[in-house]
Amino acid sequence: MIEARGLSKHFQDKKRGEIRAVDNVSFRCEPGRIYGLLGANGAGKTTTLRILATILEPTDGTALVCGYDVVEQPQKVRANVGFLSTATALYPRLTAQELVEYFGRLNGLDEATLKKRIDEIFNRLDMNGFRDRRCDKLSTGMKQKTSIARTLVHDPPVMIFDEPTLGLDIMTARTITTFIRECRGRGKTVIFSTHIMSEVEKLCDVIGIIHDGKLLTEGTLAQLRERYAEQDLEEIFVKVVGTLQSKAEA
Amino acid sequence: MNLNAVGIVYRKEFTEWVRDRRTLISTVLVPLFLFPLMMVGFSALAVVMVGKAEKETPKIMILGGEDSPQLIASIKKLDSLEIVPYAANWKDEISNKDIRAAVEIPKGFEKSLETGQSETVKIYFYDGEMKSSFGANRLEKFLKDYRDTVVKDRLAAKNLPASVLSPFAIKQENVAPPEKVSGATFGSFIGYTVIILCMTGAMYPAIDLTAGEKERGTMETILSSPISRMDLVLGKFLLVFSASLATAILSVISMGTSFAILGHTNLMNSSGGQTLALNLGLLSVVSVFVMALPLAFLFSAVLMTIALFAKSYKEAQSYLTPMTFVIVIPAVASIMPGVELTPKLALIPVLNTSLVCKEIISGTYHWNSIALIFASTCVYAAAALFLAFKTFQRESVLFRS
Repeated sequence: MIEARGLSKHFQDKKRGEIRAVDNVSFRCEPGRIYGLLGANGAGKTTTLRILATILEPTDGTALVCGYDVVEQPQKVRANVGFLSTATALYPRLTAQELVEYFGRLNGLDEATLKKRIDEIFNRLDMNGFRDRRCDKLSTGMKQKTSIARTLVHDPPVMIFDEPTLGLDIMTARTITTFIRECRGRGKTVIFSTHIMSEVEKLCDVIGIIHDGKLLTEGTLAQLRERYAEQDLEEIFVKVVGTLQSKAEA
Repeated sequence: MNLNAVGIVYRKEFTEWVRDRRTLISTVLVPLFLFPLMMVGFSALAVVMVGKAEKETPKIMILGGEDSPQLIASIKKLDSLEIVPYAANWKDEISNKDIRAAVEIPKGFEKSLETGQSETVKIYFYDGEMKSSFGANRLEKFLKDYRDTVVKDRLAAKNLPASVLSPFAIKQENVAPPEKVSGATFGSFIGYTVIILCMTGAMYPAIDLTAGEKERGTMETILSSPISRMDLVLGKFLLVFSASLATAILSVISMGTSFAILGHTNLMNSSGGQTLALNLGLLSVVSVFVMALPLAFLFSAVLMTIALFAKSYKEAQSYLTPMTFVIVIPAVASIMPGVELTPKLALIPVLNTSLVCKEIISGTYHWNSIALIFASTCVYAAAALFLAFKTFQRESVLFRS
């Protein structure tokens, strides 16, 4: 379970002054459901997810992840979260197995449990062929599988994906989307950000549209279609974002 | 603080470190081979070059002396010199190394000798050019011997003994033990080199574990794990510190071995003909190492903190290059003649360690200064590590874009 309560994050920029990357954002994600955070580049998706993963601290507001406060108990939050993004790269000089072991140990798994988990995950993701290969020698697909294994090793109840398919070819992107579905199937709370409409339509149970750091609207796809009298998600998105821009211009 | 987590990070960083060619070169290969190359290599080269220069029969030109046939004949008889005919551009010939030196015999030299008038015989040479100096030295030695013969003949003519000119002899003799002599000669150099190598050993891992991690995109990966930032910094810091120490240990071992080889082969001789074998006793080696410990600690923390500000490996290198000068300048200052350890200088980081290493190697142990230097460097090191912890908490540094 994730519950964001009035999350805000402000940055100071020498030229532009104060930037409100995330502005009073509140939402709730339930276990066994996928929450899609949809927004253009610079909308505040990554910052929101980084706050939920406790990589960044909110300027204001807070969030509960599995009942732990992101400000007060960041380590406990991280122990319950699997975080995957295109920015979470792999250590090039470690083998795929060493990398997953490293994160397993950091998550407090004992050696026997770690070995069992790794065998299970490597079998499930068909990674045994390259488990002893260094990460800098892996193909993009292999790297993605290793990243997935890293996020799964401690079997976290919450999964956070920040534009996980960005820049990937169709087959590798498919591995990721299949994995996200599997997470939902296993009863995990899943939140993921993207600007690809088709991914949202295919995967998400609840969609939140974010723009200029503000969560403009949220609901199931059916609810959004009804609310904005549009079938196509792209049209809904343009309508939602366009309304805000018109207001801003006025 | 979770020591288990620190250990996990350290082991992982160590695995990556030993697999990185760049850091291995700076940490292991440079200290291991720099001393033998510098000491044995250069010394052997110098011996070969000097030997070669000494074997050469220098070409000498005689200027004037037509009215001093005896002196000219004596010079021409010498096997150790090759006399070349006079040329008007003799100065150019010396500068162009066509001849090594020229000797100017004043007009009426032999006649002046007979009448007891003092004349000056001039030797022209190329100052700083080794072969020219050798030629000039041989000429000077011959002329001194010639002068002594003249003096002896004059004394004999007056029935006076040769000892009338030297009623007593003067001799300088060293009483300091050999390790103090060699320590005074090489002490500053050794301290300086250990300090520089401590820094270079720490530099590449410090960049790799901070800016390198940002550049590769693994910083966000590790920050999303449950490890606390303090444990993460400590694990990383310990690796950088280990690398710095490894460099210091290897450089001391390599240094000891190089001097042992030099002593064994007698490649390095003092002017008195005594071998300057550096007796690096176990106590000196251990003491230099102990004094280098807090400095390696300080370097590791400072370099990590600075490198963390950079977004990439290259940027970090450009930040740390000026840092190299900051460290090199006090280290060089310790080599300057006359710079001695004082209570004030004992508080200046780098310079204090360099100076105390110089004293330790020459066998002098001022325990008060040693304690003050060790303690002050520890305080600086602790402050630097605290700064590293604080920097790792700053989002603006970790996610600088």
